[in-house]
Amino acid sequence: MKFPVDRDTRRRWFDFIMSGATLLCVALALLPLGSILFEALVRGAPALTPTFLTQSSLMGGIANAIQGTVVLIGLTALVALPVGILTGIYLSEYGKNRLGGIVRLFVDVMTQTPSIVVGIFAYSFIFELSLLGFFPPPLVFSVISAVIALATIMIPIVARTSEEAMRLVPTSAREAALALGIPRYRAILRVVLPSCASALITGALLGIARVGGETAPLIMTAAWNNDFFNGLNQPIAALPTQVYRFAVSPSLAENRAAWGASLILVLLMLSISIASRAVIRMRAVRR
Amino acid sequence: MSAKVHVDKISAWYGPKLAIQDISLDFEEHSVSGIIGPSGCGKSTLIRCLNRMHETIPKARVEGQVLLDGQDIYGQPAVSVRRRIGMVFQKPNPFPTMSIYDNVAAGLRLNGVRERKKLDQAVLESLKQAALWDEVKDSLDKSGASLSGGQQQRLCIARALAVKPEVLLMDEPCSALDPIATAKIEDLIFDLKKDYTLVIVTHNMQQAARVAETTAFMYLGKLIEVGRTRELFERPGETLTESYITGRFG
Repeated sequence: MKFPVDRDTRRRWFDFIMSGATLLCVALALLPLGSILFEALVRGAPALTPTFLTQSSLMGGIANAIQGTVVLIGLTALVALPVGILTGIYLSEYGKNRLGGIVRLFVDVMTQTPSIVVGIFAYSFIFELSLLGFFPPPLVFSVISAVIALATIMIPIVARTSEEAMRLVPTSAREAALALGIPRYRAILRVVLPSCASALITGALLGIARVGGETAPLIMTAAWNNDFFNGLNQPIAALPTQVYRFAVSPSLAENRAAWGASLILVLLMLSISIASRAVIRMRAVRR
Repeated sequence: MSAKVHVDKISAWYGPKLAIQDISLDFEEHSVSGIIGPSGCGKSTLIRCLNRMHETIPKARVEGQVLLDGQDIYGQPAVSVRRRIGMVFQKPNPFPTMSIYDNVAAGLRLNGVRERKKLDQAVLESLKQAALWDEVKDSLDKSGASLSGGQQQRLCIARALAVKPEVLLMDEPCSALDPIATAKIEDLIFDLKKDYTLVIVTHNMQQAARVAETTAFMYLGKLIEVGRTRELFERPGETLTESYITGRFG
């Protein structure tokens, strides 16, 4: 027996199946994320005691690592955001020439450089400078050295995302500003940048999230510190390196602490992301 | 005859491509001059040369002179030229992140005017001149993008007027608008003539006939003919002009 299936029915079924397939793919993509959150929560939550959250690792806590990560992220952002965004401005607004092409290529290569290599770069950079007498040798393992490594990772990310963001601002907006007799730099600062503010912030966040989770370059530069931040020329603790140390430790208690520190790291990133999204929404012009 | 803007042998290129060739033309003060011609004939390029917007395109190049009150604009800073010669574009392009008020005030503010009173005054005057005041006076803090297409275009006109230019260039200002909005803009052009020198590029020959006192016809990057609008349409001197206005090509 033959079922007469007309074209419309076929199309409806096809549409239904494809919609289902996209949903399935979303679920697959979210599975690892959900699994990480779940695992970190279940295993990490029991470790979260008041001592754990308020004491330094000398006393079995991770407060110094939390502080270290915040310090490192803050200082890195202070260096990398201006440099990255200005590079993005150059690439998008002035870089339609050979030099722009070369800069873009270098930025791309930098984005793909493995972070351990960046760590070695920062390490040897500071080391060479100290041989030349610019820095005292102990600086090799220090906040300064770590910020150099992290900024090297963050700058290209911010540069490329802000370039892409500014390119999406239509030429007509720039022309409107120029035709009013507004100098080009002001048109960029006051018209182009505000038009893509949310995309710029997203780019900055991507950079911060990436840098906040880096471990390898920190091992080469920030090293460890069981105490709180005690100077830019001193080693500093950070959550990722703390997780690493806890995880490779033979002590079962420290292995459990690794999950607790992971949970805090995930929550920190999540809250930075949520907070900046709220800022974007508050700034939006009323329609 | 007093020419506010005198174009002297202007040629313009996009990279190696010649877009307009050796054009000389006068635009009279307090009058509306129309520029007509088929797509790609160089009308937009020509008016973009009049306020130095052509050179904002990478690899674009201009040769020749444009005299504003007898002074070559290519010998002055581009930003000050653009403050004296304003421009309205084909597609309404209000600044998307700014309110209606801020859109109109942008030209003054970004050029350093800060006094609130001055800005308020300029916004009020410009919106009134652009015949938009009554429609937006209660929603000045709303986004410029929330307006309809025709309102957005009048907002752009108000924005251009706020910096008090002497000349206003309009590049097909009505091509994205419906007939009612178009009629409003045309009325507006008629009113603006008192205070400004207007140059309007249009696709629409009826529009040129309605608003312009003199009309120039361009074809393939060259100026074919220029004259009193009426004469140009009724007794064109060139066969090309006649073929175009009678609809035999274009």
